[in-house]
Amino acid sequence: MTQAPRDIEVLIDLMAKLPGLGPRSARRAVLHLVKKRGALLSPMADAMQTVAATARECVECGNIGTADTCAICSDPKRANGEICVVEDVADLWAMERAQVFQGRYHVLGGTLSALDAVGPDELRIPKLMSRIASDGISEVILALNATIDGQTTVHYIADQLENSGVRMTSLAQGVPIGGELDYLDDGTISAALKARKSL
Amino acid sequence: MPDLSVQSLTLSHFRSHKVLRLKVDARPVAIFGENGAGKTNILEALSLLSPGRGLRRATAEEIMRRPEQLGWKVHANLNSLGQSETIDTWAEPGHTRQVRINEKSATQVTLGRIVRVLWLVPSMDRLWIEGAEGRRRFLDRMTLSFEPGHADATLTYEKAMRERNRLLKDQVRDPHWYRALEQKMAETGAIIQQNRQAAIDALGQAQEQSETLFPAATLSLQHANDLPILTDSAELLAALSDNRPRDLAAGRTLVGPHRVDLNAIYATKNIAAKECSTGEQKALLVSLILANGRALIQSFGAAPLLLLDEVAAHLDDNRRAALYNEICALGGQAWMTGTEKRLFETLDDRAQYIKISDQGGESTMEMLQ
Ligand SMILES: Nc1ncnc2c1ncn2[C@@H]1O[C@H](COP(=O)(O)OP(=O)(O)OP(=O)(O)O)[C@@H](O)[C@H]1O
Ligand SMILES: [Mg+2]
Ligand SMILES: [Zn+2]
Repeated sequence: MTQAPRDIEVLIDLMAKLPGLGPRSARRAVLHLVKKRGALLSPMADAMQTVAATARECVECGNIGTADTCAICSDPKRANGEICVVEDVADLWAMERAQVFQGRYHVLGGTLSALDAVGPDELRIPKLMSRIASDGISEVILALNATIDGQTTVHYIADQLENSGVRMTSLAQGVPIGGELDYLDDGTISAALKARKSL
Repeated sequence: MPDLSVQSLTLSHFRSHKVLRLKVDARPVAIFGENGAGKTNILEALSLLSPGRGLRRATAEEIMRRPEQLGWKVHANLNSLGQSETIDTWAEPGHTRQVRINEKSATQVTLGRIVRVLWLVPSMDRLWIEGAEGRRRFLDRMTLSFEPGHADATLTYEKAMRERNRLLKDQVRDPHWYRALEQKMAETGAIIQQNRQAAIDALGQAQEQSETLFPAATLSLQHANDLPILTDSAELLAALSDNRPRDLAAGRTLVGPHRVDLNAIYATKNIAAKECSTGEQKALLVSLILANGRALIQSFGAAPLLLLDEVAAHLDDNRRAALYNEICALGGQAWMTGTEKRLFETLDDRAQYIKISDQGGESTMEMLQ
């Protein structure tokens, strides 16, 4: 493969580190940017510089924002006693896009995994416990992924809160809206059947 | 009329097979050829139509044909209970094995619902005298053939146990973390034990209900250190939690289904399998596989695919002829290997024959009429 000039190769290497981009697609993306450097590359570089300077994690919930406390945590209307625990900021953003949840969040940043040396302290679980104790929380919604590690983390948090009097819930699992049964895997179908409701 | 059979099989870059294309009917398949020709490799490919690492317990990496190392693929058309099913399973370099069923991507566990496969390979000749792990694996393979969900339960249990063992090794004390893992282990461990017990019961019944030349084996389960076998999740949860101090000292989990061994007794002689002669030990295995096949006809609706590698070894002429008769009576598609065609003589036209040879590091195939 012919090499691009060194500076551009550096950019390609960085780009290839992004999720979903391999060396080939990174090369294509960079070439595109360089061709559109006035309309795309310069504004993008400016935007990146700004985000790099201002982005930070919310000290309360772990969401990413531009202040120490994120917009959700500083909005008094969101203090409705519900806290939704998610694995990743991406999950929080997905919930927010749906515009249905009125409470606050807590981002763990992963799931418990002894084999990967991820313990409760790495997951901001102590902070979750102190928020639950002091923020007038009445319900904790555990919206973690249905992986084994995700479920272990759910059990872990539930076990700690067992005698706290806080209501604990998890998201229902089952047939996605618009999903065709024929295309679902056995696990999804069996979860959906278990969580069936009367009409 | 057998209801579970391979109709065609294609291997690409699978060990010694650069390309192998087979079309077969529902009869048993006898594969013969010299040592190193590539016979067992074909059975291994068929064993990958079920969940897990197949009959050699190989990694996806090991199976890749060398020196090319381009990845490998197995493509099979099957008839399963009157439905035709297409299975593709493959691995690309550096990736784990993938599965597609009827053109849709699927998990390995799903394979177990379509294809029921059982195998006997020469390394299992020492099954009754070696460690418990091989017997447990044999038991779980039979159990899986009855209950495809067994694979899910086993995967979850083992994952949770590896996590717990790491906590034990690292001397972590957080009781909530242990409890979270022990709950998963108890939930799935109880299912594993119930499935195994059900499989043993089904095998026992199938052995009772049939006259065969192969010796019946009386099976039982035994936990290491003679601890009780727990099939109730609440009891297993309690045992795991009670055992934590001992487990911490040992650095691993000492109770649970992963510590259960399979015992067999040669019924008519009342002799433990490990004290039987080499041929008798083999006959016990064959007997169990056949009983498993008969039981599956009742519960699943068809006999399983049987992969019998070098099955003729250690069997005298009578027993070998009896085995072929029983395989034919079972009505399933048995895939058998041997170094020479004459080992299959008494099967005659009840089987179809494939000759495999090695041509300069590449296996080639010839279908015989
Ligand atoms: N990854 C691989 N790439 C290429 N060849 C391989 C690979 N793995 C194994 N082989 C070769 O495949 C050949 C055939 O193996 P196989 O076990 O199928 O022989 P076989 O016909 O069963 O012989 P036997 O009668 O001795 O059991 C061996 O010579 C082995 O070296
Ligand atoms: Mg062989
Ligand atoms: Zn926040």
